[in-house]
Amino acid sequence: MQRMILGLCAVCVLMISTGADWRQFRGNSADGMSHAKVPTNWSDGAPLAWSAELKGRGLASPIVVNGQVIVTVSSGPSQERLHVLSFNAESGEQQWERQFWATGRTACHPKTCVAAPTPASDGERIFAFYSTNDVVCLDLDGNLLWYRGLTHDYPNASNSLGMASSPVVVDDTLVVMVENDADSFTTGLDAATGETRWQLDRPRAANWTSPVVMADEEDGSLHVLIQSSKGMLAIDPRTGEETWNYQDGASTAPSSVVSGEVVFVPSNGITALKASESNPRVPEIVWNEGGLQPGTSSLTAADGRLYLINRGGVLSCVNQENGDRFWQLRLKGRFSGSPVIAGEHLFVFNEDGKGFCVKLGADEGEIVGTHEFEETILCTPAIADGAIYVRSDGHLWKIAQP
Amino acid sequence: MRALTAIVLSCLVFVPIVQAVEIDSLLEQVKAVGPKGSGHVEAQQAVGELSQADRDALLPILTASNDANRLAMNWLRGAFETIADETLKSGGELPQQELEAFVLDTENTPRVRRLAYEWLAKVDATAPDRIIPTMLDDPSSELRRDAVARLIDAAQEAEETGEKLVAHANWKKALEGAVDEDQVKTIVKGLKEHGEEVDLVQHFGMLMDWKLIGPFDNKEMQGFDVAYPPESELDFEVKYEGQLGEVEWKSYTSEKTDGEFDIGELDANHKGSATYATTTFDSDHEQTVEFRISTQNAWKLWLNGELLFAREEYHRGMFFDQYRVQGTLKPGENVLLLKILQNEQDEDWAQDYKFKFRVTDLSGRAIRPANDRQAVR
Repeated sequence: MQRMILGLCAVCVLMISTGADWRQFRGNSADGMSHAKVPTNWSDGAPLAWSAELKGRGLASPIVVNGQVIVTVSSGPSQERLHVLSFNAESGEQQWERQFWATGRTACHPKTCVAAPTPASDGERIFAFYSTNDVVCLDLDGNLLWYRGLTHDYPNASNSLGMASSPVVVDDTLVVMVENDADSFTTGLDAATGETRWQLDRPRAANWTSPVVMADEEDGSLHVLIQSSKGMLAIDPRTGEETWNYQDGASTAPSSVVSGEVVFVPSNGITALKASESNPRVPEIVWNEGGLQPGTSSLTAADGRLYLINRGGVLSCVNQENGDRFWQLRLKGRFSGSPVIAGEHLFVFNEDGKGFCVKLGADEGEIVGTHEFEETILCTPAIADGAIYVRSDGHLWKIAQP
Repeated sequence: MRALTAIVLSCLVFVPIVQAVEIDSLLEQVKAVGPKGSGHVEAQQAVGELSQADRDALLPILTASNDANRLAMNWLRGAFETIADETLKSGGELPQQELEAFVLDTENTPRVRRLAYEWLAKVDATAPDRIIPTMLDDPSSELRRDAVARLIDAAQEAEETGEKLVAHANWKKALEGAVDEDQVKTIVKGLKEHGEEVDLVQHFGMLMDWKLIGPFDNKEMQGFDVAYPPESELDFEVKYEGQLGEVEWKSYTSEKTDGEFDIGELDANHKGSATYATTTFDSDHEQTVEFRISTQNAWKLWLNGELLFAREEYHRGMFFDQYRVQGTLKPGENVLLLKILQNEQDEDWAQDYKFKFRVTDLSGRAIRPANDRQAVR
């Protein structure tokens, strides 16, 4: 019992320590879920509090840290210029901008761009990561703390289609996946100095998934879960040492989601895993459902339910206990970004720039409003302080009551 | 209260100390940062202090950036932008004359000049009109790109007003400075309206004449690290045992107008194979160049027998200037050897067996061989 409480406390610390912030891809717990109350009356379109112009390209999610909205952008004919921008969350006014020169390869498929990975923050620092495998660490005022060029260090660490994995920061360690067909690795960088704490050789295969964090329910320790074509590897973020390893393959595009002691992995459909009591090196398969096939969008979890969008743009609501589908709802269009949830509503944006506000019922989902942003949107939105933030190449919008 | 006073005083004292005594030392500490996190602790301390300096540190930072490594340049840029940003926010002025002089001095590193230019342009609205039109042949690809963009705008404006001669002249002039693929395509389209065709192979400096030998075995992608005979000798009279029997060198010239050299079309597209391609490139002096390669296939590149780069990635797209590899041409004849490998994927999108190859200066301008018997048409 005591161990279980420790585990729950660790999860709470992970969430509570982030307050009203949204500090990484799919939020502080990387589950796409927020307790914030956001505008859900989209009957006349989403209420826009402000919009800001962005110059360049980017599909990285905005993150929100201490009242600042942080956005990354890449610009230039070959996107060799890397930007980090800070906007005042309240007013939308740009507070500062810093630019850097990419040290890694900028080649990528025209649909994506160099500013694809979502930045992360530990509340004191901002870690901006790019497809070029450049890592920029700034304080919240935009002062440079350190800079790494991981392709500069390892020239064959790149993907000609572009990289997109977003880092997480756990236990003062920035975990960065640089997984590709050639020099493939995942590394843990000291968040304070940028020095390498550990580096793992990884499967030589292109991988666009992002790591997720899971708390051990027994001792409260945090583990980082790294997904790849080979499966899912759980590691200690401080050392990179393996905790457990699931080796039955997994997707290289949509990322997993953790809910409590279970991680839901896009593997052979969806496979639910949890740490095993009998063999700590191999996780227990809670259930597998081959009929659940997520497209590009990552999974989202809230209130005992799992949400996924397939290639046809159909949203499924699934029981976390057993993989049974509660309901399906056809959205419209193709989705690169992932859904996020606030309270009883889910928000997601299709590639044509149409935003959906979906009411999540017990037996059905209902589209209660949409908004046409009329620009390509490939990002996953952020939720903080009663607002939703979403970006295109050209704009950052705040959806909130003005 | 005393504590507050002490803090204020220490801040007041600190800044001039940073400026007067330590700037050079701090710059050297930052420049010592190296790959894989080396020198981070010292550089971190130094960049923190440097970022608190006032505007007098801006030019020393730019100057120091000239010969900094690519990582250190970014560390220095971070400090530069923090100081410049804080200077403007606090109502101060940037050293405009010094910045402009730095921009105009082509001995300075191109990207650092561009940094100086962008901050100058923030505070001097007349700077772009004064500086950019002179940059059509500048070593900085970014400054040159802006000059080309102005000419493209002028050409398009003239087209709209029916000034055909002016438009044509601007298109022609723009092409002289254009190296970026998007700008060149726009210009080519513009010139076509005037009945003028642009030889893109010539403009980009694509190498179109190669000798090929193959196939050698690359089943299950095992041939990448196998050193077949052409890696140790280039004897065009000798035949070797290949994947499907005896193989010998054959000469090919690609006629593709986009510069592609298609092994599958010119020779054969054997699944799970390796082919070697070689050509020569004459240089009239020693020079550092970039070899710009586009391919969906795995490859290795040697210059005069020295392996420059190896890339084992298959079918992840083919993009203009996909790979940029630096090398130093010696005076006289230089021998290029390319090993290019096909895997056994059977998807429709995984069948290409081709490459584009060109030689450029570090800003992307085509470098042509020193004599016309070489591979550029």
